[in-house]
Amino acid sequence: MLIKTLFAGFGGQGVMSMGLSLAEAAMLEGKNVTYLPAYGAEVRGGTANCTVAVSDDEIASPVASSPEFVVAMNQPSAVKFQHHIQSGGLFFLNSSLVEADIIRGDIEIVRVAANKIAEDLGSPKSANMVMLGAFIRKSGLVEMKSVMESLKRILSTKKKLIEINEKALNAGFNLF
Amino acid sequence: MTKVLMDGNSSIGEAAIRAGCQCYFGYPITPQNELTEYMATHLSRRKGCAFVQAESELAAINMVYGASVVGARAMTSSSSPGISLKQEGISYLAACELPAVIVNMSRGGPGLGSIAAAQSDYFQATRGGGHGDYRTIVLAPSSVQELADLTMRAFDLADKYKIPVIILGDGVLGQMMEPVEFKREAPAQLPVREDALRGAKGRPSRIRKTFTSNPAELEEINWSLFRRYGLIKKEETTWETFMTDDARLVVVAFGIAARIAKGAIRNVRAEGLKVGLLRPITLWPFPDEAVKEVAKNVEHFLVFEMNMGQMIEDVQLSLEGKGEVSFYGRPGGVIPNPSEVARVISRLYYQKGLK
Repeated sequence: MLIKTLFAGFGGQGVMSMGLSLAEAAMLEGKNVTYLPAYGAEVRGGTANCTVAVSDDEIASPVASSPEFVVAMNQPSAVKFQHHIQSGGLFFLNSSLVEADIIRGDIEIVRVAANKIAEDLGSPKSANMVMLGAFIRKSGLVEMKSVMESLKRILSTKKKLIEINEKALNAGFNLF
Repeated sequence: MTKVLMDGNSSIGEAAIRAGCQCYFGYPITPQNELTEYMATHLSRRKGCAFVQAESELAAINMVYGASVVGARAMTSSSSPGISLKQEGISYLAACELPAVIVNMSRGGPGLGSIAAAQSDYFQATRGGGHGDYRTIVLAPSSVQELADLTMRAFDLADKYKIPVIILGDGVLGQMMEPVEFKREAPAQLPVREDALRGAKGRPSRIRKTFTSNPAELEEINWSLFRRYGLIKKEETTWETFMTDDARLVVVAFGIAARIAKGAIRNVRAEGLKVGLLRPITLWPFPDEAVKEVAKNVEHFLVFEMNMGQMIEDVQLSLEGKGEVSFYGRPGGVIPNPSEVARVISRLYYQKGLK
């Protein structure tokens, strides 16, 4: 089974880190995985996105023209990518920043007030991990413990951050 | 050794270090900057190794020339327009029979083109690229793991045959991350190459030059180069086949396009179409014998490239007029998806009346 996920948002929101954590977790579970970042001639504060493909078989293309899951962390991403999602797919919206009307009726919309929850936790920068937690719960793509393990690998030199990120991940995971 | 998640460009860097690369000379260009960055961080820290960000692509390739003359394993990397600038140096390396590894993470062209992935440098890579009668070995990986494996092989081939080796990747391969395993540890010290120039104390002096005013002498150099090329063709030609045994139609594709084609073939196989894949791993030498072998049982070929049709000429040459060759290409940095290629395959399959 091949599942593609697209993470999108402002540069600086940590969308690349979300994709990277998921990709690393999938690798730890022995799955085939590709992670493709997309930043063209972008500007600071502009949009950034990455695509993660997870599969039991070889992955033909790391590019997703119609991903199963899309995570939109800001308004422009929500507008841009809502039409890309495969019918029946999941659309994760950061409802703290997204006000766009979603006109598609053939996809499931998951609203997560990622920024607000992160602020309540006392770490506004970890909104991406709140969202990732919710994503892991709803998508079931990888196990939560693999994501925790991947965080430890990615943040191996910044031990203080691991705790903050774990808290944010759990907050998102336990929303549903 | 466990797997690590790494982007293609960085994996080339790590593989090069583990292959004993001592010198890296580069000049920034997207989409290969992660390789320059990786070498700046990791190679520069190693004892006896050198990392230089050169002032231009020309400087970088000529630094490789200098390092190779004195016996160091040296490499440079760039992307399409930058590789064009390096061609003079590559021709000189070929003339002097010097090993070197040159990475081209190619992008859309012509001109400055786009920074997206394309395969339009096939002609340039496989026909020598610069002036003069010469070839370079060209390796075409299709995954991050293969980028690492072929980088190690590139250094071995370069030394074994005293020849510049090109690794022809593209923007997607360079930028994407995949799990990769490095199958070698970096050597503590490599033996000094026998023909390295390190002072003539106790032996007659040796001269490395690319100019001779005597045509007969130069002809002999050309002959000797091509004797070696013949040997490389015999010993080092590499390819992969996928589901060709019962195939009625075979897709020929390299690099990232081969990977997309493989996905497309899985799709059409699920619908009962007998389609296979032939993927050249060495673009030069081109696996013409492999094409001929497949053509014993297959009449229809589809060449799929992310350009306007370059490798198709090698496929046609290999077939010597036999078989029927069709082409599908997307130039300019557009990356077709497997379902698009699957549609092309099934349309062709039914048009040709295959069952």
